[in-house]
Amino acid sequence: MSWDQMAPLLADAFGQTMYMVLSAMVVGGVFGLIMGIGLYVSRAGNLMASRTTFAIINVAVNIVRPIPFIIFITAIAPLTDLVVGRRIGIGAVTFAMCVMTSFVFARIVEQNLVTIDPGVIEAARAMGASPWRIIRTVLIPEALTPLILGYTFLFIGVLDMSAMAGYLGGGGLGDFAIVYGYQQYDWRVTYGVVLIIIVIAQLVQLLGNTLARRMQRR
Amino acid sequence: MPAMTSTTDRTDPTAGPGVSAGEPIIRFGDATKVFRSGGEVRAVDGVTLDILAGEIFGVIGYSGAGKSTLVRLINALEIATSGTVEVDGTVLTGLGESRLRPVRSRIGMIFQQFNLMSSRTVASNVAYPLRVAGWPREKRAARVAELLEFVGISDKARAYPARLSGGQKQRVGIARALAANPRILLADESTSALDPETTQEVLALLRRVNRELGITVVIITHEMDVVRTTCDRVAVMEHGKVVEVGDVYRVFAEPGHDVTRRFVATALRDRPSSDVVARLRARHAGRIVTVGVDEAAGSSARLTRTLRAHGVDGTVVYGGITEVAERPYGSLTFELVGDEAAVEAAVDEFRSYTDLVDLGTAAAPREVPSVVRPRDDQAPDGDAHPGGTGEGSVGRPDRRGPDSGPLGGTGTNR
Repeated sequence: MSWDQMAPLLADAFGQTMYMVLSAMVVGGVFGLIMGIGLYVSRAGNLMASRTTFAIINVAVNIVRPIPFIIFITAIAPLTDLVVGRRIGIGAVTFAMCVMTSFVFARIVEQNLVTIDPGVIEAARAMGASPWRIIRTVLIPEALTPLILGYTFLFIGVLDMSAMAGYLGGGGLGDFAIVYGYQQYDWRVTYGVVLIIIVIAQLVQLLGNTLARRMQRR
Repeated sequence: MPAMTSTTDRTDPTAGPGVSAGEPIIRFGDATKVFRSGGEVRAVDGVTLDILAGEIFGVIGYSGAGKSTLVRLINALEIATSGTVEVDGTVLTGLGESRLRPVRSRIGMIFQQFNLMSSRTVASNVAYPLRVAGWPREKRAARVAELLEFVGISDKARAYPARLSGGQKQRVGIARALAANPRILLADESTSALDPETTQEVLALLRRVNRELGITVVIITHEMDVVRTTCDRVAVMEHGKVVEVGDVYRVFAEPGHDVTRRFVATALRDRPSSDVVARLRARHAGRIVTVGVDEAAGSSARLTRTLRAHGVDGTVVYGGITEVAERPYGSLTFELVGDEAAVEAAVDEFRSYTDLVDLGTAAAPREVPSVVRPRDDQAPDGDAHPGGTGEGSVGRPDRRGPDSGPLGGTGTNR
């Protein structure tokens, strides 16, 4: 295949990857943050300690996270059908990515919140702040640097996830590398696409590090 | 010092709906706090205690004695398992979480590890309680400037806590605790992470907070020196119970409990032990006496006059004078040399106005009584702090009980 034929296909693949990854980052970022904060505050002795809430989120995270993503996509197909209306295609795999990303990020958020000095939270409580206010004005700002780095780390994982999702009907760069590179024995295409993915990952990591450094007040 | 009332409509903390100075502002009624995690721990066990408005109250105990839990019952960071806790006329026990929040915002708290928010500037940290209390922006800014000036770190307003020294961080902590005009300030081991010099600065600041703003201060500490230099009254805790409570001067003079005696010993190391006496006798042939020194009974000037009047040479061979509750307190051990009758007369005169332990001479030693009874009739009454400075200052409770005396203890030597 010539470059002229390949270029528009590659552009499409790039667009599909961006669609999947950004959707998962936004949706998974929001739900992951909520679940992660939920895990942290519901833990025994914490701000809104609740054995039941903690157990539910914790077990869910522990069950979902270790499932290989390629199996996870088929495992939640019935749910995908219910929400998206179909079991294959970019919409369906993007849904699966959003769910997986939420659970993965939940644990990252929780682990970063644990690093906050509990004394700071106690001080805010002593000043009469409500739990919701403490979450907004103490927990998140105090953990912002590790949260940004964790979110950046998440991006690389999601990019990897998108390659697998693409192969199962999502399209995207991963799919492109396999179909037009690997299966055609065209190593230039394979490595070319891999190079694009590496560049994206590098740029995002650079952005994350820069942001995190700006937030760092030490 | 900047007038703390100039730019805000701060209400006089000694007025208002709450109790007035000298009356109980914090009352524990058989308060008990049990922690159930694994085993059952009675962190606070049946404490009944009144802390008076306008005083600096110390709570001392070894770690694990329950003092941190006790102070957290005051601002309801912990809720008593049984018994009652009443703060400024409000019974906290039984109040729901949302009803407790306004109570907490009227009580400032500072911490051993300062607990400043690292993501906020100094000014923003100090403004935090004001945001919680819903102050408008302009009033917040004015109040923060005023507070930073009060604690002496105006130049650090825009710095982040990580750039500050320990002492500066605790000043920020104090400014933050004072922001919302509390009537009570709780200090939880607030100087334990600081070096001795910074400790003194922070304690001086707490005394100013108490005197100039009339705020009741509760100090949790394991250092008797903090109590000695700063507090009016003290409670000694062990195993969740208050084993002794009283005026600092009285507690130093007559510790009534073993734990108290151990704490007092850490702060006053000026009475010769029997080993020391043995060495003193080896070095000094003359008559050795230990006399109590305090501002009323036996000032060092008065001791000197007595020696001069009888023509006796007195050499200080041991001891020292320190301050307890801001008053001179200590003991001096003299070697008295001179005509035997004159020495006897000087000793008698000492006895007439202060406590004295006669250790005899190397040739004719006297046994060292383990403890010495202070005199009853010499201690004066009256306010140790005449004419408090600044507005909002309140009369302080009398620091001194009638039984106080520098040699302390419960023995007799009259």
